[in-house]
Amino acid sequence: MAKIIVVTSGKGGVGKTTSSAAIGTGIAMRGFKTVIIDFDIGLRNLDLIMGCERRVVYDFVNVINGEANLKQALIKDKRIETLFILPASQTRDKDALSKEGVERILNELAEEFDYIICDSPAGIESGAMMALYFADEAVVVTNPEVSSVRDSDRILGMLSSKSRRAEQGLPGIKEHLLLTRYNPERVVKGEMLSVEDVGEILAIKLLGVIPESQAVLNASNSGQPVILDQDSDAGQAYLDTVARLLGEDVPFRFLNVEKKGLLKRIFGG
Amino acid sequence: MSLLDYFRSTKKNTASTAKERLQIIVAHERNRRNSPDYLPQLERDILAVIRKYVDIADDQVSVSLEKSSDELSVLELNVTFPDDKK
Ligand SMILES: Nc1ncnc2c1ncn2[C@@H]1O[C@H](COP(=O)(O)OP(=O)(O)O)[C@@H](O)[C@H]1O
Ligand SMILES: [Mg+2]
Repeated sequence: MAKIIVVTSGKGGVGKTTSSAAIGTGIAMRGFKTVIIDFDIGLRNLDLIMGCERRVVYDFVNVINGEANLKQALIKDKRIETLFILPASQTRDKDALSKEGVERILNELAEEFDYIICDSPAGIESGAMMALYFADEAVVVTNPEVSSVRDSDRILGMLSSKSRRAEQGLPGIKEHLLLTRYNPERVVKGEMLSVEDVGEILAIKLLGVIPESQAVLNASNSGQPVILDQDSDAGQAYLDTVARLLGEDVPFRFLNVEKKGLLKRIFGG
Repeated sequence: MSLLDYFRSTKKNTASTAKERLQIIVAHERNRRNSPDYLPQLERDILAVIRKYVDIADDQVSVSLEKSSDELSVLELNVTFPDDKK
């Protein structure tokens, strides 16, 4: 039976799509058959981050409406054998997703896949609802910044009251905190909330901390999920995150200000 | 600690302000989520009644419903009266 993981946040632009791409790719690299679904109907960006934007023929809504079958719509990744993408539709109809339609597709995918990663749109409206409704686990992507933390707390409220698991009285969705765009230097200066601060306020288990990194922009520029850039800080932080998601006990990195080498101290960096 | 750091740290640290504000608003919103839908309207009604007698601001009345056990919930009403407006 497949595990359904929603990557969600409430607030936009915090790193959901970046994280969905990285986590989905990382899980697939471990040999699990994985599909990443773009729930951001109307916008569609996951394809660009994954570098498969020119291979989109059919999308999620086409499959729900019966205009195409899953085989036709799924895009097989060219790098990782076990990785697939289901792109979002660019329709302007915000209500193109029905609960019944989404459930039918998820059930069909669950027969074939080990992991289903749902990249949620921003907001707390029907699109975000649809992405989290059937989830078994949730990765709550949060930036160390007041509006992002508050919105994450609202999403936690939805996870525990508006999801299928909540409505059917099943064990709750397993919630993970993923802190992204973290800048230890600013934390030290007292300009940014620390990991401990955010952890204390949201009170859910910390899954990972991704540093603010140039590597993320480089990755999106070239259509390579950042986790494939294994020399980069963000790439390594996502590798650790995936390991923890799979139940491994991995120490946290990139939480403290990096000590500068002599050259960097002289020339700045 | 360098001299520069010393002057920096005498300014109020904005991250700790952020944390305090978040703790208050998040606690407030969680409370709201776990309380019945009629609570905001109840709060407005109470505010209107009190305003017949005293001129108070919107945030001077707060109503919350705390579940203290399975059978018992306590409605807590907090009204702050400004000293000079009695
Ligand atoms: N760790 C990071 N370091 C630097 N930039 C990041 C990081 N994570 C995300 N970004 C940038 O933030 C922006 C929003 O990211 P995205 O994943 O599209 O967010 P969302 O899907 O939540 O709207 C993008 O420009 C992305 O490159
Ligand atoms: Mg996105």
